[in-house]
Amino acid sequence: MLTFSTGNKAVATAVKDAKTVVVAAYPITPQTEVVEETANNVASGALKARYIPVESEHSSMGACIGAAATGVRTFTATSSHGLVYMCEQIHMSAAARLPIVMANANRALGPGWNIGAEHTDSMSMRDSGWLQAYVSTVQEAYDTTLMAFRIAENENVLLPVMINLDGFLLTHITQPMDTIDDLGDYLPPTNTPHAIDINNPGGYGTLTPPTEHFKFRHDIQRGMKDSVAVIEDAQADFAKRFGRTYGMYEEYLCDDAEVVIVAAGTLAKESEVAADILRKEGIKAGVLRIRWLRPFPDLTAALKGKDVVVIDRDYSFGLGGILVNEIRTKALEAFIGKDGKANLPFSVIAGLGGQEVTYDDIADFVRNRKSGGELWFGVTE
Amino acid sequence: MAEIPDEEFILKTTSACAGCSASLILRYVTKAAGKDTVLVIPACCTSVIQGVYPNTAVNVPVYNVAFASAAAVASGMSEAFRAVGKKTNVICFAGDGGTVDIGIQALSGALERGTDFLYICYDNEAYSNTGMQRSGATPIGAKTTTTPLGKNEYKKDLDAIVEAHNPVYMATACSAYPIDLYNKVKKALSIPGPKFIHVLSPCPPGWRFPSEKTIELGKLAVTSGMWLLYERENGKLTITGASKAAMKKSTPIEDYLKAQGRFRTATPEDIAMLKENSKRKMARLAHEAEAQAAEAEEA
Repeated sequence: MLTFSTGNKAVATAVKDAKTVVVAAYPITPQTEVVEETANNVASGALKARYIPVESEHSSMGACIGAAATGVRTFTATSSHGLVYMCEQIHMSAAARLPIVMANANRALGPGWNIGAEHTDSMSMRDSGWLQAYVSTVQEAYDTTLMAFRIAENENVLLPVMINLDGFLLTHITQPMDTIDDLGDYLPPTNTPHAIDINNPGGYGTLTPPTEHFKFRHDIQRGMKDSVAVIEDAQADFAKRFGRTYGMYEEYLCDDAEVVIVAAGTLAKESEVAADILRKEGIKAGVLRIRWLRPFPDLTAALKGKDVVVIDRDYSFGLGGILVNEIRTKALEAFIGKDGKANLPFSVIAGLGGQEVTYDDIADFVRNRKSGGELWFGVTE
Repeated sequence: MAEIPDEEFILKTTSACAGCSASLILRYVTKAAGKDTVLVIPACCTSVIQGVYPNTAVNVPVYNVAFASAAAVASGMSEAFRAVGKKTNVICFAGDGGTVDIGIQALSGALERGTDFLYICYDNEAYSNTGMQRSGATPIGAKTTTTPLGKNEYKKDLDAIVEAHNPVYMATACSAYPIDLYNKVKKALSIPGPKFIHVLSPCPPGWRFPSEKTIELGKLAVTSGMWLLYERENGKLTITGASKAAMKKSTPIEDYLKAQGRFRTATPEDIAMLKENSKRKMARLAHEAEAQAAEAEEA
């Protein structure tokens, strides 16, 4: 059904359409509407779920762990301080191999208090074993939330999935959204192989010696590796059934591009306008939007032989932009020319704390790119 | 007297210390709860007692969770079971540190939300699993590895905090009176909603007493009035077991203190405060019981 929705409501609608059984969530700006909408859907009977109004984010993920451990479909949503407050549970839910789905409204961390968009919150969780998607439109928020359940619950994955949407810039904007009236069997019923079974009592998360611990951690990496095929299948089947196509990453005018802008979330959408402007000037620009941060896609072929400008709405202090460093690591060969000389990505740090970044600004980043350089947009030293 | 089932859910292969109260408590709790039960366990002595992967000494599912989150995990588990029509008992089995300190927020939230679960705090009055550091439940005068001169502050009144949440059922118990404990667990699990039982759990290595004296210590705690046995069903107070006699005439608190090493350096002031605190608690309970009896008579 074609309708209008905010990013937050898109997520809540997908949670309803997925027939989620337990939702435990704590409200935080700018995610609040997801929680309110879900509470309303449960109250009205539109969603036959248990909504647990927990007293904190540490407990929201705790409650999700408890619910998912019984084998039911489980969801929560958070943002920023809420996400880092539940950090312990983020790691534990992944290590417990629980297919929990969570939406995170990307927001800056204090102090000082700032509720604007920033990716440092979710990117600081990148080593936890959670799959992470970054979406850029309301429709994509809805579609990806649905896919997330299928991917997380797949027996070859059994890892939680985080859907990231930029605070305010996506959570609060209204766009057209086409909801799916009948999902058919796109989302099969949950079938968690290690769900608690009183007829087969086991100890979960007991004291574990290093040899076994090591195997369990290796198995998370195996699940992460296998998730690529599961994601691709979930996206291909989604396209076949519902007509909307998604990839591990999205390319805009990249084929003949001499310079590719790489970004995640709404900044990448803004970059498409910048690419159009640059092309009118004769600069063949394209955009590669990171959709899945974990598992991280192989971008070597996509970026080979091109100038690359990476925009990070995040930062790892003492290292650099998180995206640019991931790209340097995972697509290193793309940046070494035939002559053996390196043409490294130009790193732009922009949009922290909801800083306004226009397509004109992005076009400037491209025009002024320097191999291997780093620019903090708007900061003069 | 209650018929205690022969079926054991705690097998004879635990990693508990000799004379451990916690494993005794767990044995009776699981006997009362039966097979259709999941235990939710935060970091505490029971993390160790249950055994090392791939083995387990517990014959019901045990879900080990983050230190602060037993009651939160139980919330999700209980709601999920109820959502699919299962009556499975969800029991948190947590130490005092995981309850009165790091876990109190989650406990408060779960009680306030009316979660259908039973929370059992086995209270050995310190972080015993990590080698006896002070907790909010450590009594005045007790020596721990982080209160080398004895603790200066009162034991946190967990029961008053829980009572303020109006749980459908709450009780205290002691490992030295396992049948009383068994009956209270049975009763608690027969009532839907949030239930809480606070069990004193004397700890031989932590409290510094010989392991064969565990039961004796528990009995001294109750007969001296240092630990009071009672239950509240929807607020209605009943003093239970040996505390009925102890509240009329208690044995000297010194007998309880001298039977263990942790109070060896307690000052006369510490002992006076312990006595005063115990007297005050007994008086408050007696007063409340009388007031309720008078109210019932009027009605």
